[in-house]
Order: sequence, then C-alpha cells, then structure tokens
Amino acid sequence: MSKNKIHSIKQIDRILEEKLRGRASALVYNETREKVIEKYKEKGLTVEELEKIIEETINRYEKSLVEPGEAVGTVAAQSIGEPSTQMTLRTFHYAGVREFNVTLGLPRLIEIVDARKKPGTPIMEIPLIDEYKYSEEKAKEVARKVESTTIENVSKEINVDPYEGAVIILDPEMLSDKGVKVEDVISILEKLRLGKVYVDPEDPYTVHIELRPEKVDYTKIEKIRTKIANAKIKGIKGITKVIIQKRGDEYVLVAEGSNLAEVMKVPGVDYRRIYTNNIAEIEAILGIEAARAAIIREIKEVLEDQGLDVDIRHIMILADIMTWTGRIRQVGRMGIAGEKPSVLARATFEMTVQKLVEAATEGAIDPLLGVTENVIIGQQVPLGTGIVEIYMTPYTPKEEEEEDIEAVIEKSR
Amino acid sequence: MTRPPTRISSVKFGILSPEEIRKMSVTAIITSEVYDNDGAPIDGGVMDRRLGAIEPREVCPVCGNTRESCPGHFGHIELARPVIHVSFVKHIHMYLKATCRVCGRIKISEAEREKYIELMKGLEELGLDYLKRRLHEYIRRKAATTQKCPHCGAKQYKIRLEKPHSFYEDRGEEGYVKLNPIEVRARLEKIPDEDVRLLGGDPVDARPEWMVLTVLPVPPRSVRPSILLETGIRSEDDLTHKLVDIIRVNNRLREHIESGAPNAIIEDEWELLQYHVTTYFDNEAPGIPVARHRSGKVLKGIAQRLKGKEGRFRGNLRGKRVDFSARTVISPDPNLSINEVGVPEMIAKILTVPERVTQWNIEEMRKLVLNGPDKWPGANYVIKPDGRRISLKYVDRKALAETLAPGFIVERHLRDGDIVLFNRQPSLHRISIMAHVVRVLPYKTFRLNLLVCPPYNADFDGDEMNLHVPQSEEARAEARLLMLVEKHILTPRYGGPIIGGLQDYISGAFLLTNKSTLLTREDVIELLGVAGYRGELPEPAILKPGPYWTGKQLISLFLPKDFNYKRPAKIAGATALRCIDEDCPHDSIVIVKNGVFLEGVLDKASIGREEPESLIHWLVKEYGEDIARLFMDYVYRMFLRFAEKYGFTMGYTHLLLPPEAKKRILEIIEEKKKEVYELIEKYHRGELEPRPGRTVEETLEDEIIDLLSKKLLDDVADAITPYFTLTNPVIIMARTGARGNPVNLTQMAALLGQQTIRGRRITRGYLHRTLPHFKPKDLGPEARGFVAHGFVDGLSPIEMFFHAAAGREGLTDTAVRTSQSGYMQRRLINALQDLKVEYDGTVRLPTGEIVQFLYGEDGVNPMMSDHGKAVKVERVIEKVIGWRI
Repeated sequence: MSKNKIHSIKQIDRILEEKLRGRASALVYNETREKVIEKYKEKGLTVEELEKIIEETINRYEKSLVEPGEAVGTVAAQSIGEPSTQMTLRTFHYAGVREFNVTLGLPRLIEIVDARKKPGTPIMEIPLIDEYKYSEEKAKEVARKVESTTIENVSKEINVDPYEGAVIILDPEMLSDKGVKVEDVISILEKLRLGKVYVDPEDPYTVHIELRPEKVDYTKIEKIRTKIANAKIKGIKGITKVIIQKRGDEYVLVAEGSNLAEVMKVPGVDYRRIYTNNIAEIEAILGIEAARAAIIREIKEVLEDQGLDVDIRHIMILADIMTWTGRIRQVGRMGIAGEKPSVLARATFEMTVQKLVEAATEGAIDPLLGVTENVIIGQQVPLGTGIVEIYMTPYTPKEEEEEDIEAVIEKSR
Repeated sequence: MTRPPTRISSVKFGILSPEEIRKMSVTAIITSEVYDNDGAPIDGGVMDRRLGAIEPREVCPVCGNTRESCPGHFGHIELARPVIHVSFVKHIHMYLKATCRVCGRIKISEAEREKYIELMKGLEELGLDYLKRRLHEYIRRKAATTQKCPHCGAKQYKIRLEKPHSFYEDRGEEGYVKLNPIEVRARLEKIPDEDVRLLGGDPVDARPEWMVLTVLPVPPRSVRPSILLETGIRSEDDLTHKLVDIIRVNNRLREHIESGAPNAIIEDEWELLQYHVTTYFDNEAPGIPVARHRSGKVLKGIAQRLKGKEGRFRGNLRGKRVDFSARTVISPDPNLSINEVGVPEMIAKILTVPERVTQWNIEEMRKLVLNGPDKWPGANYVIKPDGRRISLKYVDRKALAETLAPGFIVERHLRDGDIVLFNRQPSLHRISIMAHVVRVLPYKTFRLNLLVCPPYNADFDGDEMNLHVPQSEEARAEARLLMLVEKHILTPRYGGPIIGGLQDYISGAFLLTNKSTLLTREDVIELLGVAGYRGELPEPAILKPGPYWTGKQLISLFLPKDFNYKRPAKIAGATALRCIDEDCPHDSIVIVKNGVFLEGVLDKASIGREEPESLIHWLVKEYGEDIARLFMDYVYRMFLRFAEKYGFTMGYTHLLLPPEAKKRILEIIEEKKKEVYELIEKYHRGELEPRPGRTVEETLEDEIIDLLSKKLLDDVADAITPYFTLTNPVIIMARTGARGNPVNLTQMAALLGQQTIRGRRITRGYLHRTLPHFKPKDLGPEARGFVAHGFVDGLSPIEMFFHAAAGREGLTDTAVRTSQSGYMQRRLINALQDLKVEYDGTVRLPTGEIVQFLYGEDGVNPMMSDHGKAVKVERVIEKVIGWRI
C-alpha cells in the first residue's frame, strides 16, 4: 500500500496546490494543509492517502454549500426559536462575579431581539492598558474614576427636617474606600444651592445644611432628600458599581451600569477591548458594524450559557436583518415587520385593521413578493422549489406518432 | 391538471368612491324589512336575492349561478346625510389640519411646494419608500403649523378631533365650532390632486372626501349568511343586523329631513346614523358604547372579523383548514422503519389518494372499485373524464368497475407505500412536519418508531398527531425527495443528527457491546435475526469451553468495510473511567478500524440523538441517509432486543444503601447543619461580614444555600458513589446517558437537599415563619425548606410540602415561558421568512436588497456542515487513514 511515501512538506504543498487549490475555500485549504502536515509529521503519509483526503475534502466541501432558493431566514428563525422553549426564565449570576445579577436566558434574548434602548441589567467589562493592568492598586485607581460615587454611597444617614435642615452623617470607612474627602462632599453639597453647608463642630463626619427658607416645604422634603442622596461626587454617570477581577495575570474592571462614551475616555482604560452589553450604545458610538457584532456575541452568549447548540450562521442572519439598513431595527411591528414593503404582510402580523386603512389612504400597492402575501392570495411561494419559474408542458404524442416512437425504440435495440 | 395561465403580480389598495359603489351595486337597499310573511327575502331588503345565491339549489338572478359558483353581488344604501368612516378619522384630521379652510390648498408656499414635489418624485423614482414616508410626515407637520394660508391669505384655526368622530374648529372668541360631516367633506373636496399626493395620499384611488361616506356598500349575502336553527327560527349574521339598523335610522332621518322636522331632531338622528355606521365598521372603536344584541352579546363589526388570531387574516388566509387529514393518539412501534407511520385501517378507509387509471393499473383499480368504501383496500370515489364524481357508496360497483377506462381517476384508499405528511404541534421547526411512508395497521392509533420522537418532541402519554395526504404528483414528489424522515436525520440547527438513540436503545447498546457480554450461538442468531442479517456468522471470539461471540462482533457486521472511527464513549465522562490512549482498561474509547469494532462501548456519545460528530453522524454524512436509516432500523432494533433478553430493569433495591453509608450521610448532614447554625449564631451576634454589595441577611442566605445545596450534595455524592458501580442498572442509565444523572441518584438514594424558590430558601407562608410547626424567625435548615430524606426513605409531611412548593415553581415557569418564546418565535419568523439564497449566493429580500453577500460569510449550509464547519479536516484524515493510527 505505502509504496509512494511522501518525503517532504514541499511535496504535500505541491499536491495540495495542484489538486485542492481553487476547489475549496481558502479557509478549508489552509486547515487541510495544516492538519495534513501535522499528521504527516506524526505518522507519515502516502501520495494515495493524501489524494484520497483531498478528494474527500472537495466532496464534503461541495456538498456543504447552500443551494439557491434555500429559505435560510425561516431556518434561522426556527433554529433560534425552537431551543428558546427550553430556556430558563430566571436571571443568573454573572460568570465569576456573583455580586452582579445579569439577565440571561429567554428574557435577555427577547431584550436583544426587541432592540431595547437599555438592557435590564447593563454591564461593562473594562480592560486596562499595560501600565495599569498588572497592579491591583492601579486598577483600583481607575475603578475609582469610573465608579460614580454619590453622597448616599459615603453616608450612613441622611436626614432632612424642615426646621433643623439636612443632616448628613458620613461614613469614614466608605470615604476612604472611595477616596473621597469631606471637603469634596461639602463642595458638592454647596453646588446643590440648598443653603449654607457646614461641618458639625463636634463631629467632623457630620455635615449640616441650613435650608434656605424658601426651600422649606413639607411636600418637598422627600425630593430634597433624594436630591442630596443622588448628588454625584465623582465618577461616570450610570456606572453604579465597579468590581476588580483578576483574569489570568491581568486585572479587569467589571462595572454595573453602562456608559461607553465616557468610560472610553478615562485614562488607563483600554478602549480597544472595552465591552458593554448595551447594544444601542455600541451602535451610537462605534457604529452599525460594531452593533451587529455585539448582537451576534450577545445572542451567542445567551445560547451557550443555556447549553444550546445553535449554528452561528443563524445568529448572523438575524443580526444582519436587524442591522442591514444602517440602524438597529427591532424584530416586531415597530421594526422589521412594520417596514415590509407588503401591505398584506404587515396587516397579517399585527394591528390588521390600522395597517389596511393606512394602505387604503395611501393607495398603496402590494408587490406580492414575500411569503405571507402569496399564501394569502393562494399562489406559489417564491422560496425553495417555488423559485423555479419555468414549466415544461409535457409533449403528448398523437397516436400515429406514438407508434413511431416505439418503432424508434425498437430500432435502437 | 391545467395551471392558471396568469399570476397576480400586485394588489392595489384604495377607497371606494361613491360612483364606484353605485356602479358595482346591483340594487339599492331601501327597506329595513328583511323577509315577508312567508319567509321569503324582500326585494330591496338586506337579504335581497340579487345579492347572490346562498340557499341550496337557489339560482342567482344576476349571474345565473348556483351558490357554489355565484361570487355574490354588492348592493348599496344611499345615506340621507354623509357620515364619517371611523377608521379614517385620523387621516381626515390630518388633511383638515394641513390644508386651507377656505381654498383647500396645502398650507405651504408655492415655491416650497414645487421643491417638495420635485423631491417626492425623485424619491419615488429611486424607490426609497422609507424616506418618502418621512418627507410626507415632514410636510404634514409643517403645513399643520401654518397660521395663515400662503395662497389665499385666509386665517387658519386649530382643528381638534374629538374621538371617535367629531371635529371642532377653535375660532378664538367664537369658541369651538363643530364641523359636521357635510362641511368636512366639502373641505376635503377642495384639496387639489397634487396636494393630496404631497400629503401621502392617492388622488386617483383614495380621494380624501371618500373617507366621508355618502353611499354605503352592502356586502353580498354570502359574506353574512343566515343560519337556520333547529327550532326553525332564522338567525341573522351580526352584519345583517347592523345593516338593518342603519337602514332604519337612515330612512327615519330622510323622512325627518323631507318633512322639515326641527333641526335638533335631525341632528339626533344623524348622530344615531353615524353611531350605527361606526359600529358596523368597528365595534371596538374607542370612546363609543359597544353595540349589542338583544341578548346582550357584543356584535362583531367588520374590523373584528379581520383582527386577531382567529380573524380572517391569521385564521383563514395565512392558515387554512384542509381536507385529507387525520388526527389520533400516537403509540410506539420499534418494528417500523423510522420513515414509516402506522395508520389505522379505519383512517386508511377515509383518506384517499387520487390515482389515474392507465392501461397498466386498470385491473388493480377495478379491484379497488369493487371493494368499495367499506372494505380495505378499496376506493371511495371515481371521477369520470368529464369531471363527474361518483360516490362508490351508492352505486352498482360491479357495473362501474366494468366501465372503468384509462383517463378515469379513482380516489382509492390509503395503502402501504403511500407517502404522507406527519406532524405534531407545536410546529416549532421544519422537522415538526416530515414525510412518512404509510403502513396500514390494525387498531386505532398512529404508530411511529421511537427514534423519531426527538424531532417531533413526542412521547406517548396521550400525545396526538396529525397526518396529511398530498394529493398532487408534485406534492408527493417533493415529499419523497425533501421531507422524508431520513432526509432530516441531520438538523440545520447545528449540523449534526437530531434523530438517534435514546433511553433503552442506549442502555441496550451499552449492555450488548460491553466487554463482559458473551453471546451463545442461539443469542447471536436471535439478535441477527431481529436485525435482518442474512449472511454467514462470524468466527466466534471464544472457542473454549464453547463458541461465544461478543456484542462488538455483531455490530461490526453492519458497519461499512472502510469505516474508521475513534471517540471517547460517554462513560469516559466519569474520571474513574477515563482513558487517554487505545490501551484502555475501562473500554471507554470507541475504536472502529476498517469496519471492525475493536474497542469501547456504544452509548450516547456514539449512537445517541443530538450528538454531533458521533458514529451515527459520520455514518449519515459519509454513507448517505439510506444507509443510516437502515442502520437505525435494524441495528438499533438489536439494541432493544438485547435489553429485553438481558432483562434490563431498575427497582427500589438498586437504590438501597448499606447502613454504614447511611450513617455517613447522616454525619455529613449533621456536619453541614452545625455549620449553618454557627453561621446563624454569628449573624445574631452581628459578627457576620457582609459580602461586597450585599446586606448581612443576603450574605447569610447565600452562604447557607451554598452549604446546604451544592456542598452538601457534592459531599454526599462522593460518599455514596463507591456503593454504585457500573453493574447497577441505575448507574448504567446515568453513565451511558440513557436517562437520569448523578444528582437524580443522590436525590433518590440519599437526600433531596435544600429546596429553593427563585434561588432563595423558602421563606414565605406565615408571619416570620414558613409553617406553624416552627417558631417565628427560626432560620434553621428544617424551618426553611431543607429536605434531609431521599425518595427511597420517603419525605416527612413538612419536607413533602416544601418539595411540592419548590416543584411548583418549575411548573409555572414552563407555563410562562411557552407563551413568551412562542411570541418571540412568531416575530422571528415574520422578520426572517422572506430571506432566500439567490443563484449568485447572496442572501436577499424579495425586493432584491442584499442582506448578506455570501450566506453565513462562507456559503455553507449548516445542515450539511460538519457541526458548523464546512469540512472537519480531522475527520477526513481519520476516515482515510484511521485504520492505521
């Protein structure tokens, strides 16, 4: 069997170049080359074996290609929709960070498909640049800049009384943890313009605000309290909590809340590797291609987390239909379904009567190109075997001719 | 069969003009009387005979057809005063706001108007519908805010729409002045065609003034048939009732106008007419009392007929009811092929296949006709070349069989070998409907092979399935070539087999291929007989003390001679049974070289369903679906037979633990409980450190759950595993992937552990406690749903209560989830259904827009891929040289 042993990698390349190049995609070619050389080094290979491998590869590659007319959309929708019945409803902890709850499973999938402006649980992953990523201290430094600290975060108690004014008892531990000084708090409180701010002469961690008389109003006490509590001392709006995580040998920040534009500007943050699960934000800041990639990544993550095996091509086609117009469109009546050219398709999906009335006032024309429309009017659907447009009328031979044909057959024997 | 020569290329929508309504009407409907004393419809009433034939044998006076072919004809009602069509109020409002109240022209200066017209035409040419719509929106808003008409200089007033259909003009000092429909219509009439176009309308097919009705079309009788109740009383359709109301009020209004009645009375009647017309169109219009029957039942307007899941669109147009279908309970039959379906004889005698009589089948057809409808295999109808259908029930079948000639069509009973579509709802993916080959069987259930349960997601606890018989040659050809079960062993979801072994097939395969299984000649003959083997017996593996064969030898007989395969078995998932190379003492690596099954055991990883890159996957991909089908039909049957021969069973005794193990479990439980109490103590003393971002209480709960569910069960599992070996059927099932998992085992043999609801311990119930058996604020394990017993020992009443409470969560979860995911899938399908791959490899919408330049970026069909990859090169190499590595 092994008479024609291959002697060199060069010989493999020559055979591959001759027999496989151009007959399979570059990806398949390169992988074949790599794997074949590996096997050759390990176990040796004969020319016949290599030729057989090439033949099988070409055969498999050609068989694997999609056929024209394939209803790839429907198949994608089914491939994503069917396993979603097996998903859990609950939200689970984020991988590794049990402090954050992240929406996963079906609710998250619906969120993505709905193209919500803001996810239920926004999360950011913030890798750091080389100067910062190996030191926990330095990472913490960045974390402090990112995490938004409010008065509430650093205080034990906030009391507002119309007569005594507001009393804020600060927590020294939290102050040092967040790197905030009492003076910072005072200057922030002064900016609120509620009245005179001063530190309690007896306790350096108690701050008083003498409410200006016009602010004294029973109905507004609670409002004033929340105003004080939510006053931002520092950090980035929307980021409520930051946790430092060690991944391999580098420190990575994980943030609850999302504000891509601002966080990218923070020095020390590696903006090239930053990630958020807020797809709308990605679209606004990084553009539609980034948003498409984010949709794919998010859906893939949800499905993988649930242990569901779905081909990436199905997810890609969903992401593409959501983004090909240049902006994210929701899967539903306010997006893709609502912008279909067909009146009948729109009317069938949701809000039947309104859509029909609209079409009537516009004098709209339904071009009857899609699936739904053709089902409705009882015509063949332009998908799969339905894309064939040529029909052959079978030739029916007249009686005399029939004899002729038989004679011909007879003769040919 | 002749094909219709034309194809509808488009449908145009619009509003009927009064002229058109009159033109298409066959008669004016003038009287509210419907039937005379003899029960015959009155001419000029809403059931006028000219509106189309609906009674049996009634001949339509207009077209001369009977009810089968009379399409029905419209009538019309001349309204005494115009009324507004509710559905269009928003659009009427828009037109009123955007145009001048005096000259009727759009309130945009001439120069700008020209500019917009230009722009609109440009967008139209480019086919940018979305932008065109935005332009209309912009023009409308701009025109509406203009205070003074740029054309005639008239001052403009704000127009307010009072739902559902009143318009008021805010004339400053004069206050709000109501615009009646006549005035509204007059204003709309004045709008020039070009301006209508600018505002997004269509002056040819949808003039704005047609939104105010002066003539009302009366739909044909067939649209609103009356039904004859058993009592002989005629019951009219809701629309008919509504039309009668409209005519009655309309006539009264006309009389009042003609007799010169006071204005207030006329106004009242006019308002009433408006109400009836409104509810006729839409009986759910906001701000209007719903119209009811005398019985109090809410009437259905035209809008209600179209709307919703059971409405005309989703209920009758997108989804249609069909003939030639059957439904019954399903039950299993492992002796059928995977592509067969057992059809009860009773059903086979009702479902028919039209078969054209030819000179080659005429004798056979004669026999079928002679057998008639009651004797299977027979036939129910004969269709003569002139198109006449003859029922074989009431005819001299002998005589008819004699006259049978080529060209006749016999609607014969379903019989073995026919192709049918088989379906189980919910039809979530395309493999929920597959084509099967008929096998007519006794009894009354559909029978199917167990291997096709996964794609249908079927079991036999009372599931029912549907069956459809394709009636045309094209449909049958497509069913056979595209829909047959074996064409769907591979699923497009992930490029692997979805059909494959499950449950007993897997335990049977394991037992058969197990090292310790030795088969006598009788065993071998029986098993091979089941598998339909017709060759010679292989050389026995053992000769002394007598000839014995191994299970692996039997499998080898059915493997292709050049098949090479190597993969760890599922049982290698347990660390104790894992092997790295071929020299495996646990027999946990499956190795096939040149079609000889050398090593390993068959289990879920090789022959299971939903296992990509498995033995069965490569068999389908490399040797074709027919070989794979035969393998599944015959070899898998052998697995089942061996499980039966072996007497594979599982019982209570297989879960019993020796006393020392029980003691150990109790110790572990006590240990963990102690830790929990320590935690609680610590919490009460206020010494518990909260985890970052959590309160002390949450931290305590988290740690307790950690201790009692995960850690405890892991410890217990470790303690009991030594007592369960691969000789235990429960373990066989769990390890081979047939059924169950180690957690189930622990829960049966040892204890259930902590019961949770939404990931928390059970806390709800009474104030500060779950049940009255506990002291308030007791945080101990028992008081919060810890179950210290397993199913073998049995649960205490309190434990059983907690278990049921936690179990219910799963049930509600499923109930909520199905509706949510169902809706999501409907939306996904709707968004994606029109996409297709074109001949050039791009993915496009039917309008020609490209969504992907190359499908999936590599043009590979996931179904035909090797688990997502175009070519899995490792496998190719293994296939070719696997025999020597």
